[in-house]
Amino acid sequence: VTDIAWIDAALTSARPRAVGALLRYFRDLDTAEEAFQDACLRALQNWPQNGPPRDPAAWLIFVGRNIAIDGVRRRGKQEALPAEEVISDLNDAEAELAERLDGADYRDDILRLLFICCHPDLPATQQIAVALRIVSGLSVKQIARAFLVSESAMEQRITRAKSCIAAAEVPFETPGAVDRAERLAAVAAMIYLIFNEGYSANGDPAGIRAPLCDEAIRLARLLLRLFQGEPEIMGLTALVLLQHARAPARFDANGSIVLLEDQDRSLWNREMIAEGLALVDKGMRHKRPGPYQVQAAIAALHARAARPEDTDWAQIDLLYAALERLQSSPVVTLNRAVAVAKVQGPEAALAMIAPLAPRLSGYFHFFGVKGWLLLQLGRAGEARIAFDQAIALANTAAEAAHIRIHLDRLSKDSAPGGDVEAGRR
Amino acid sequence: MLYAILCYNSEDVVGSWSKQEDDAVMAKLAVVQQKLAKEGRLGPVARLLPTTAATTLRKGHESLVIDGPFAETKEQLLGFYVVDCETLDAAIETARELALANPGPGAYEIRPIRIFRPGPGIGAT
Repeated sequence: VTDIAWIDAALTSARPRAVGALLRYFRDLDTAEEAFQDACLRALQNWPQNGPPRDPAAWLIFVGRNIAIDGVRRRGKQEALPAEEVISDLNDAEAELAERLDGADYRDDILRLLFICCHPDLPATQQIAVALRIVSGLSVKQIARAFLVSESAMEQRITRAKSCIAAAEVPFETPGAVDRAERLAAVAAMIYLIFNEGYSANGDPAGIRAPLCDEAIRLARLLLRLFQGEPEIMGLTALVLLQHARAPARFDANGSIVLLEDQDRSLWNREMIAEGLALVDKGMRHKRPGPYQVQAAIAALHARAARPEDTDWAQIDLLYAALERLQSSPVVTLNRAVAVAKVQGPEAALAMIAPLAPRLSGYFHFFGVKGWLLLQLGRAGEARIAFDQAIALANTAAEAAHIRIHLDRLSKDSAPGGDVEAGRR
Repeated sequence: MLYAILCYNSEDVVGSWSKQEDDAVMAKLAVVQQKLAKEGRLGPVARLLPTTAATTLRKGHESLVIDGPFAETKEQLLGFYVVDCETLDAAIETARELALANPGPGAYEIRPIRIFRPGPGIGAT
């Protein structure tokens, strides 16, 4: 007897491969998904009695394909279904099928399935939603919950995204090396988006959005298993693992943000860190650095530091400099300024972020960092102005509350001196 | 007689367990482990990280480092080491030393360990 929890996990993990292969057969996403659903129902009837098949994905592909073909025939001729024993007796058929479908086929099937979700006409949030639905198999309800929207709104969003995908030309031919690399990059970006959607959920102590991070980790590992030798996919997987490892320490009991240097490092997930560090090491051997690897290397330096004061800020500064070369953006420079402040002092960091002002005038963290630097230089009045600007731009209550702590502290410190702005909160 | 018991399962399936499910399985296994430990029959126990974290050193005339686990079916598992290494490069170097001592065909899969319990040791009660 196979227990239901095992079957459930087997169906979930077989899903990308099975739906990917069924999509290749039927060249239609709805048919492929329906065939997979039907095969899952059959599995739930069949596996508890007969035991699980050796290769669940191959079983589901085979059964799903037969059911869907039968469906087409039945609609055409009103023919009776073959007897249950005929389609359920899969002992030999399964072995034969597993032979025919080799690993290379699966690899491109899964990549294609992920890739069609990255349609450039779809906004990022829709790409993520549709990938979670199609590839991960999360229910619309689960996805709606993670995005904090109503189920009907999410249903609409996914339906719209799917029709956009259906209307698009799905690339069914086996991709060449260049196409494959492009698809891989698009898919990696989407997986990182899924992760960020869950990770940047500030003030989410209940962990409502944490499943997005778990799912992103699962997809990254899946992608890495398909492309074992790709250093950037190692970097991506390492990055999401190392960042998610800190999740238990990122918020306090009230849901307020706890900064990296104030986090209780004993809460960090050591197993995820170990896996992340191993992958950073693996990627580095290839000597083909990319943005994910560099960001993962930065996260690795934080993970390796037993105490905040053990952090190798000089190395972090160098890595951000490398990231600026690979992927120049004002936000990267802003992050680098934090490392520069630690290595060279706040003056140098302030000079570094000054030219970013026009481009980051609407960015919460810019004013947060600016205020933090001014504070260290003892320029309290200017710091207060920067913090006020940050609060005005805060995206969440947790962000605003975090800055307010600085402001409160400032007010307390300056109150006896009768600072002109001391009364302000 | 000492026996090694090697654990095989679908990585995909185990990887899709929730933390609660994983914890529940580990708790049940811990009961068995504790019983063995009490009887002085438990040596080290290890849970490995996923195969995606593995690197393989293929022995031969010139050794070759490959990303991923050992995937051949022509050769069989004949032994294993647990070594403490600062970096992956150090672990690969260690495997190279072993390869030099025992040249010829074969391979070493280098897989980081997720959980390691040295155990009370055989004969300890």
